[in-house]
Amino acid sequence: MSAARVGIVTFPGTLDDQDAARAVRLVGAQAVPLWHADHDLKGVDAVFLPGGFSYGDYLRCGAISRFAPLMQELVPAARAGLPVLGTCNGFQILCEAHLLPGALTRNASLHYVCRDQRVRIEQTGTPWTGSFSPGQEIVLPVKHGEGRYVASAETLAALESAGQVVVRYLDGNPNGSMNDIAGIRNEAGNVVGLMPHPEHAVEELVGAPSTDGLGFFASILKKLVNA
Amino acid sequence: MSADSVKRAESTPDEPMPFAELGMKQDEYDRVKEILGRRPTGSELAIYSVMWSEHCSYKSSKVHLRQFATKAPKSEALLVGMGENAGVVDIGDGWAATFKIESHNHPSYVEPHQGAATGVGGIVRDIMSMGARPVAVMDSLRFGGADAVDTRRVLPGVVEGISHYGNCLGLPNIGGEVVFDPCYIGNPLVNALCVGLLRKDQIKLATAPGPGNKVVLFGASTGPDGIGGASVLASATFEEESHAKRPAVQVGDPFMEKLLIECCLELYAADVVVGIQDLGAAGVSCATTELAAKGTGGMRVDLNLVPLRDPSLRPEEILMSESQERMMAVVRPSDIPAFMAICQKWDVPATVIGEVTDTGRLVMTWDGEVIVDIPPGTAADEGPVYERPYHEPAGQAALNADTPDRLERPADLRATLLRLLGSPNLASREWVTSQYDRYVRSNTVLAQPADAGMLRVSEVMAGAEPTTRGIALATDGNGRYARLDPYTGAQLALAEAYRNVAVTGARPLAVTNCLNFGSPEDPEVMWQFAEAVRGLADACRTLGVPVTGGNVSFYNQTGATAVHPTPVVGVLGVIDDVARRVRTGFTAGGLRVALLGETREEFGGSEWAHVVHGHLGGLPPQAHLEAERALAAVLVEAAGRGLVEGSHDLSDGGLAVALAESCLARGIGATVTLTGDPFTALFSESSARALVAVRPGAFDELAALCAEHEVPCYGLGTTGGSSLVVEGALEVPVSELRETHTATLPALFG
Repeated sequence: MSAARVGIVTFPGTLDDQDAARAVRLVGAQAVPLWHADHDLKGVDAVFLPGGFSYGDYLRCGAISRFAPLMQELVPAARAGLPVLGTCNGFQILCEAHLLPGALTRNASLHYVCRDQRVRIEQTGTPWTGSFSPGQEIVLPVKHGEGRYVASAETLAALESAGQVVVRYLDGNPNGSMNDIAGIRNEAGNVVGLMPHPEHAVEELVGAPSTDGLGFFASILKKLVNA
Repeated sequence: MSADSVKRAESTPDEPMPFAELGMKQDEYDRVKEILGRRPTGSELAIYSVMWSEHCSYKSSKVHLRQFATKAPKSEALLVGMGENAGVVDIGDGWAATFKIESHNHPSYVEPHQGAATGVGGIVRDIMSMGARPVAVMDSLRFGGADAVDTRRVLPGVVEGISHYGNCLGLPNIGGEVVFDPCYIGNPLVNALCVGLLRKDQIKLATAPGPGNKVVLFGASTGPDGIGGASVLASATFEEESHAKRPAVQVGDPFMEKLLIECCLELYAADVVVGIQDLGAAGVSCATTELAAKGTGGMRVDLNLVPLRDPSLRPEEILMSESQERMMAVVRPSDIPAFMAICQKWDVPATVIGEVTDTGRLVMTWDGEVIVDIPPGTAADEGPVYERPYHEPAGQAALNADTPDRLERPADLRATLLRLLGSPNLASREWVTSQYDRYVRSNTVLAQPADAGMLRVSEVMAGAEPTTRGIALATDGNGRYARLDPYTGAQLALAEAYRNVAVTGARPLAVTNCLNFGSPEDPEVMWQFAEAVRGLADACRTLGVPVTGGNVSFYNQTGATAVHPTPVVGVLGVIDDVARRVRTGFTAGGLRVALLGETREEFGGSEWAHVVHGHLGGLPPQAHLEAERALAAVLVEAAGRGLVEGSHDLSDGGLAVALAESCLARGIGATVTLTGDPFTALFSESSARALVAVRPGAFDELAALCAEHEVPCYGLGTTGGSSLVVEGALEVPVSELRETHTATLPALFG
């Protein structure tokens, strides 16, 4: 067992926390449960904000979670460089917490969509994507009702020019995201938000017909072990 | 104003009570008076009227449903049978599975989104109350004609309701059915199934033993939702301030249900629950009477303590409310602090509302006065039982005589295949199923469009020892078959679900059913019901799979016209090594394709007769249950030995549709040669058949295995290429199959 410790946050209504913990363990890192109501990051080396419907997605996805006690610790830690990956609802929370720019809105189809999606890794310079090769095309499941990434024209242009778009949809945009954006990073690169679910593509037997999601977990492990 | 108390009831014995408005018959009301030795109070009448309703008491179906017990095959796997919230089956290695299917038909017509959503919520709570972690859901749906205007209202709403509730709850949706038929236009069928897993020694039951133990109501607060029809309050007898009409359809909060799931599992792990019951139909009335009746026998409840969302609710309404996301637990007094702490951790409100007594009476108070004082068993278990008259429908013989023999057979088999493949009942369900999360919890081995859903067991609960086992689940039903012959139709529904489980390599173990019928007061409908139950019970005995529970839904009709009799059957199976699961369809090129089972000329009720000729007549395919059993034995053994790479059951649309779907699974073509009349070979719907793609070099071993079990095995050809080719009959590129298959539902529903 590696000494790398990845915190997995559980809010009321979080759904993919067990899945994320399993993926973390599969690559040989340690999964550390973090509870929304604690002011305690338990000294973890990185944090994974899993998907789900935290606080029922009431008001607006991620809008209430942003104010959870744990987030009061996480936001400054992330600003100070702690690697953080938020997928799906986790991505929404990162946007609501202003750790990432833009917002995730209702899918253009107005339907929830669960499908196996081809995507391209646009940036390998983050702690979560370092194990991929630049431009690598992989398959990850998406499953969300509000995954349409939107941002102002200036923000979009800035994201593109600074290479902050980390993952892009291929072969059909599932939700109408601007610029086919599936995932972005902050300026520093340590915080990444992603609509697809790498934690559901880590085993041959279950989940999506792909194990491409392992790359995200292998990346952070490598980063932490080499740090 | 004060509520109608027992004291008042005693002093006003002749006060007229609104029993008829609550759906109670005069003789039923007389029986309540006889039981109590006085007139019931308003609250007591509320309890008896809901507990003795068809929905809760099974008064019209009970005499028939007994066959599921009296004819039940011996099964070592059955841990908890009918009569509890859900049946529990031993799946080995110390694990148990609990599963049940239930209808939410009528609410889903009135308000499709909430009706379907709360259908999911209700069945999930049944599974939770057995001590299990719910691990997956499925939905068996039937709508009016696909192009009917109202179907465009009902279907998207139902799908969205299931999608929203199930996804938000974090349960993968791994299968089910979507069927269209004009007979369901005014009465869609929304049957929701949930399966849960638990350790064998963790089973919880709905019982309230131990005088002095506390009764805790936890979860959502109680509001005025779901107080259907003629409210008690419509009567001036006990109410002056008349409330406006209450919403009859409950509103669901899946977020609260998710918290309830995690909260309950933590309560079970802490061993602070003596008995537990979910609140579903008939809410507090049902939970208190059933818990008390199965425990020491008595309970005292202070209804003023029930947390209310609407403080103006009267006790009669509190008793009848069907507010969602509520549970009732019986807890030792010394465990109350630990119980409350866990509820608080999950932000789940919990309130002690009473305690268990040894008086044999369920006593409830309101503002200090006794408003209910009844023997709980009389409401929970001793409701009326009817032997409803029944007879064969007047037109049944003529319907059976109108066989499909007179229908013109097609000259162009290619066009026929494409027409069927693009018809609403056979087209791709992706428009529906892509709205469901099938991956959450990461234990989904197979999901739609696979023949059965399959889950890994091992990773379900942290800390439990690992196992290689998996469970498989399928639901099936065919209203047209059942309309032609309800006895055989019910058997065919079971046979298909059983076969769908077996083709994945899992051994069928147990059955749940949802029996959707018209009015039991119509002797012709009652005949359909009696025949279907008899057929299903007989078939369960032959196949060796017991019924563990289920649900009866009557009154599925518009005016005098009932829906097709629609028994929907769910089968649960176990696979010893989940890594040996067999995927649906052709998995690679260069594999030999074999057809297992015998094909007869059987077109009564077939998809071909329905789609091409709009015809329903004759008799359905015969149910060959011994052949089904032998076929399943071959499929399970072949999977265990690794002889087959892919498989697919044959059902609606026959071999032609099975071949096309097998090609579509991964875009791999096939070339096959058929013997005999190609139309019959391709489109007949004979039962007890499956298609398999054989592992290279394993064909002889498979053939020998089939011979051993006396299952016919025909080598048809090989997989590969980019087209489906039936020599001398048709050739279609897989891309064209796909276009035809996937275009239909998006074109209809956007």
